[in-house]
Amino acid sequence: MNFLGLFNYWLFILLMMTGFYVVISSTNLVRKIIGLNIFQTSVFILYISMGKIDHGTAPILMEGDVVYSNPLPHVLILTAIVVGVATTSLGLALVVRIKEAYGTVDETEIHIQDPEF
Amino acid sequence: MISVQLPILSVVIPLLGAPVCALMRSSRWAWALSVALAWISFGVAVVLFQQAWLGGYVSYEIGGWPPPWGIEYRIDILNAFVLLLVCGMAAVVVPFSGRSIEAELPDDRIPLFYAALLLCYTGLLGITVTGDAFNVFVFLEISSLSTYAMIALGRDRRALTAAYQYLIMGTIGATFILIGIGLMYVMTGTLNMADLAERLQQVNNTRTIRVAFGFLTVGICLKLALFPLHLWLPNAYTFAPSAVTAFLASTATKVAVYMLLRFFYTVFGAEFSFATMNLDLILMPLALVAIFSMSLVALFQDNVKRMLAYSSVAQIGYMILGISFGSINGLTAGILHLFNHGLMKGALFLALGALVLRTGSTQIQDLAGVGRRMPWTMGAFVIGGLSLIGVPLTVGFVSKWYLVAAAIEAGYWPIAGLILLTSLMAVVYIWRVVEVAYFGASLAEAPVASEAPLSMLLPIWVLVIANLYLGIDTSLTVGAATMAAGQLMAGW
Repeated sequence: MNFLGLFNYWLFILLMMTGFYVVISSTNLVRKIIGLNIFQTSVFILYISMGKIDHGTAPILMEGDVVYSNPLPHVLILTAIVVGVATTSLGLALVVRIKEAYGTVDETEIHIQDPEF
Repeated sequence: MISVQLPILSVVIPLLGAPVCALMRSSRWAWALSVALAWISFGVAVVLFQQAWLGGYVSYEIGGWPPPWGIEYRIDILNAFVLLLVCGMAAVVVPFSGRSIEAELPDDRIPLFYAALLLCYTGLLGITVTGDAFNVFVFLEISSLSTYAMIALGRDRRALTAAYQYLIMGTIGATFILIGIGLMYVMTGTLNMADLAERLQQVNNTRTIRVAFGFLTVGICLKLALFPLHLWLPNAYTFAPSAVTAFLASTATKVAVYMLLRFFYTVFGAEFSFATMNLDLILMPLALVAIFSMSLVALFQDNVKRMLAYSSVAQIGYMILGISFGSINGLTAGILHLFNHGLMKGALFLALGALVLRTGSTQIQDLAGVGRRMPWTMGAFVIGGLSLIGVPLTVGFVSKWYLVAAAIEAGYWPIAGLILLTSLMAVVYIWRVVEVAYFGASLAEAPVASEAPLSMLLPIWVLVIANLYLGIDTSLTVGAATMAAGQLMAGW
């Protein structure tokens, strides 16, 4: 029961580790960006889960004694989503430029051309 | 009336300038606007520093919402000191970048470059002034994203891979910080730093807070390039345009060190960070390895820019070493070195930028004989180098003096010895450049280098004079660092 109660948090850890592993293990620059995206998205789940209150509804002012969910984490994560989109687009733009300069998006092949990478 | 709005103005001024620059077609006007904004915000920083110096702290409620509900900007002497460094460096580097960027970037990119520079500046200022934990993350990403873009503007194609590498590592670091802040919010329900500091006292024996502490440590150390998380730094500094390297080396890592101080001393409290979590046991060995190994690596670099980049990682080691003593004197030394290293690395990288403009290369052998043809630029490089080594009458001596004193006070004699040994290694790698520049025979096919233009020499020498002046009259820097260390040890 406890496991199910913390389901979102387990999901967060699973996604975070998956994304992190993809970033580290993949040699394809586009795949690294995808991994980074999964990694960042997992944090959104962490924040959104913590805003949930048992039997709480959307925080809209209503008649009577109503329990509201905490809207603040949602607002915070809107900002983080924007940051994630910006990071992804900047990263992909860089990959396009790298492809133009090196003719490949594979880390090992770039490494052969430029040992510093 | 306007003086009440100064904390927010320091962030808003460059933020509004960025889109204006991006819309401009003329690179000259974009440069002029950036210089004006950098100087105005330097003026703001000086006023704020005075206020913080005289009386406690300046608090600003954004939108009139009182903290802890609204976002608070809170400036005490530590913020103000870092703010003074960041604004001061911007006020010097932006005028310098006019000629330097013109030579290194295609004309149509220059207004966009200034937009990115102003955004990066905004982000750094925001991290420095804010008193809200989530706000730190937002400003961190503003500064980081624009930094990646600026690094990618370097002429070499390796600038692209350097920027990509930094983007991956920087984003992982920032996301770790975000997770840490989220876990703190779960336990306390607040994001205001002063409020967090109070409420964490009751829950800081929980696993959640310990995990948050771990995530924040790794995330911040990635941003400040503590060994072994420094891998992004040498390439990023080497291949970025000269002005960008000078700006980042003297501000970005310093602001990250400030973040470390703010989170570990103010939010978690020195007691929890050092007594419970034993932060010193992690930071001190890493700092020592950073100082020694990176100084050693710097010895063998043939590219001056890369050499100075490795030396930066070593110097960050000195700051972290000071902090890791966990004593008030060590902390003073760390904060002092944070400020002083900004001054000396700024001077060195700017002088190098002028050399690049005239010789077109950062390889040591290409600088042969340059000391005779560019005496003012090379003179500045030599004084900056002396400051890096820690010769008396320069700022480098002052902070190393305090660091050695703190090490001896804590009973770590071997560490004091290591600091002296690595200073000698700095003598060697600076001497390699000086020897070639003054005593090397000029290459026959090398372009005839003449002295750098006045618009570059002036900013360089302003920094050189600051290096000398603050090395002799230490009342400002030591006073501020001592005050800041005292405040950090006492909590808010």
